[in-house]
Amino acid sequence: MKPTRFSGTERYIATPELAMAVNAAVTLARPLLIKGEPGTGKTQLAEEIAATLQRPLHEWHIKSTSKAQQGLYEYDAVSRLRDSQLGEGRVHDIANYIVKGKLWEAFQSDVQPVLLIDEIDKADIEFPNDLLRELDRMEFYVYETRELVKAKHRPIIVITSNNEKELPDAFLRRCFFHYIRFPDGETMRRIVDVHYPGLKRELLAEALAAFFRLREVPGLRKKPSTSELLDWVKLLVAEDIPPEALRGDDAKKTLPPLYGALLKNEQDMHLVEQVMFLSRRAR
Amino acid sequence: MLVRFFLDLRAGGVPVTLPEFLSLLEALDARVASLSAEDFYHLARVCLVKDERHYDRFDRVFAEHFKGAEKLFEAFGVSVPDEWLRALAERVLTEEEKARVKALGGWDKLMETLRQRLAEQQERHEGGSKWIGTGGTSPFGAFGYNPEGVRIGQPGSRHRRAVKVWERREFANFDDTLELGTRNFKMGLRRLRRFAREGAAEELDLDGTISATARNAGYLDLKLVPERRNAVKVLLLLDVGGSMDDHVRVCDELFSAARTEFRHFEHFYFHNFPYESLWKDNRRRQTERIATDQLIRTYGPDYRVIFVGDATMSPYEITMAGGSVEHWNAEAGVVWLQRLTAHFRHFVWLNPEPVERWDHTPSIALTRELVEERMYPLTLAGLDRATAELRRRGTAAPPAVAGTNPLPPP
Repeated sequence: MKPTRFSGTERYIATPELAMAVNAAVTLARPLLIKGEPGTGKTQLAEEIAATLQRPLHEWHIKSTSKAQQGLYEYDAVSRLRDSQLGEGRVHDIANYIVKGKLWEAFQSDVQPVLLIDEIDKADIEFPNDLLRELDRMEFYVYETRELVKAKHRPIIVITSNNEKELPDAFLRRCFFHYIRFPDGETMRRIVDVHYPGLKRELLAEALAAFFRLREVPGLRKKPSTSELLDWVKLLVAEDIPPEALRGDDAKKTLPPLYGALLKNEQDMHLVEQVMFLSRRAR
Repeated sequence: MLVRFFLDLRAGGVPVTLPEFLSLLEALDARVASLSAEDFYHLARVCLVKDERHYDRFDRVFAEHFKGAEKLFEAFGVSVPDEWLRALAERVLTEEEKARVKALGGWDKLMETLRQRLAEQQERHEGGSKWIGTGGTSPFGAFGYNPEGVRIGQPGSRHRRAVKVWERREFANFDDTLELGTRNFKMGLRRLRRFAREGAAEELDLDGTISATARNAGYLDLKLVPERRNAVKVLLLLDVGGSMDDHVRVCDELFSAARTEFRHFEHFYFHNFPYESLWKDNRRRQTERIATDQLIRTYGPDYRVIFVGDATMSPYEITMAGGSVEHWNAEAGVVWLQRLTAHFRHFVWLNPEPVERWDHTPSIALTRELVEERMYPLTLAGLDRATAELRRRGTAAPPAVAGTNPLPPP
């Protein structure tokens, strides 16, 4: 008997709100739109749902050049033309040249699959509108072969967005929506625990304090997020940095060790240095 | 069941539609949520709210609805014209005055008094210490100072002190402009697109392939062409600081919409009016400036220039040398604006101030004249007209043709 409810895994801490959103989407077979700061585990969510519910996972990563049609199917006219010149037999059946897209693959799955549409906001502004009917009815029409493709089982669709573009209302109406808030200190501790179980309490407490202190610096272009924290902790452990280095008066006045894992652009680094400098002078 | 909640949400400004509401009922029917209030709250939010910006509104309606409390404000039959509350000026009180402002006792008493005042008061009022209006020290009204004040129709707290926010939807004028999302801006800016082929060859050129194949004795010869891309070049010049503080949000959205929409996009900032130099990074405006001359030399006349500014200042800042509030400018702003408009023939000025106020501000009227009436309000309709203007100038033949048709020979 397969599990039917999602409540996080041993590698992935899901808040009750998130679990509720996932379960609602699974039960009613509606697409679930996930937004949140970069690095809060949006993409990973789909993998974890697939793992927990033991479903196959289909991933469709969106780029700025992606078209909605590519998710359904593409007609490879060029190879058909070439084949016709070489006199191949298979040229007579147009179906040989229909290349299935991710959505079609998911529709054909024998068990209910999980489909991840990753970073939908990267695509052209009309992209979501072109998928309305497909997501609503879970079917589409292949004009070349006059065939209606219908989902055997409505897939569990997880859509992620980084808010680079706003999505059209008609699209939003068809989705469930959840915004992953940035985890508070307690949740953060659980997340780090899950990833580095052997971590020294002391080091973790100091690392978290330094991390949240850094997030509070006003005007950062890219605030460090969960995934950056995890990377940083990994580095701290690997370099065997003692907790003392993160604590004390000096630590508050200088950049934390290995800060490159936390701050990703030079403007932010300058800004933090400036803030540190000012606070040193104020002392 | 829950229909009133649905209606309340809509009244509360959360854009909920019937299908979404039905899917909530469906989810309840499928027993997705257990019988706890918190679960229900999360489920309702997942189904009904589609934008994190609306979470707060949803929370407020939810709290109000499920507390079973009567709406506090339904009792007020009187509607307050928003004209009363339009902030013309914020009176800055001295510390001494602030100290003298006495709070009026508890919340209930405040509301009771507000009700009485609303009934008594007949006209718009500003300043003073009793009537409801703007900039006063009465506990009621917007943009004033009283430690226990009630805000009416003012988004975002000035002094962050009001005990409770009372935002009636009748003051929606202000909100309507806020509804102008990035997406709307993008749709507006889309009109400005002109496509040209450039970059790597990656699209099949059907006509070219057919003719090349025919020449090739029927053997396939593929021809590729570069994909069509947006070739419009845009230069955005933004006013920052001072009177523009009120419009930061809408300008931000315009900025982010424009940045993702155009391949060739540059932006620069100025304060109140463009003078001899502009800057790119607001934090380093003192150190890293670019001379306006250099800007004119760097970007060709094919760039479309969009000025964004409220043009609200003293007219001297435009007409006089040395008029700038920030620095000594050797040449008047009007000279610089004329240089810019002479070089960039395709330009518009977007003004976030409401159109009704344009005629009452001399500097706006003056600027409008300087930009040859190409000033448009920063609303969807205004943006549409502005892009139409930019496009028209873009496709039409040089202006010399218009109006100078030679007379037909006799």
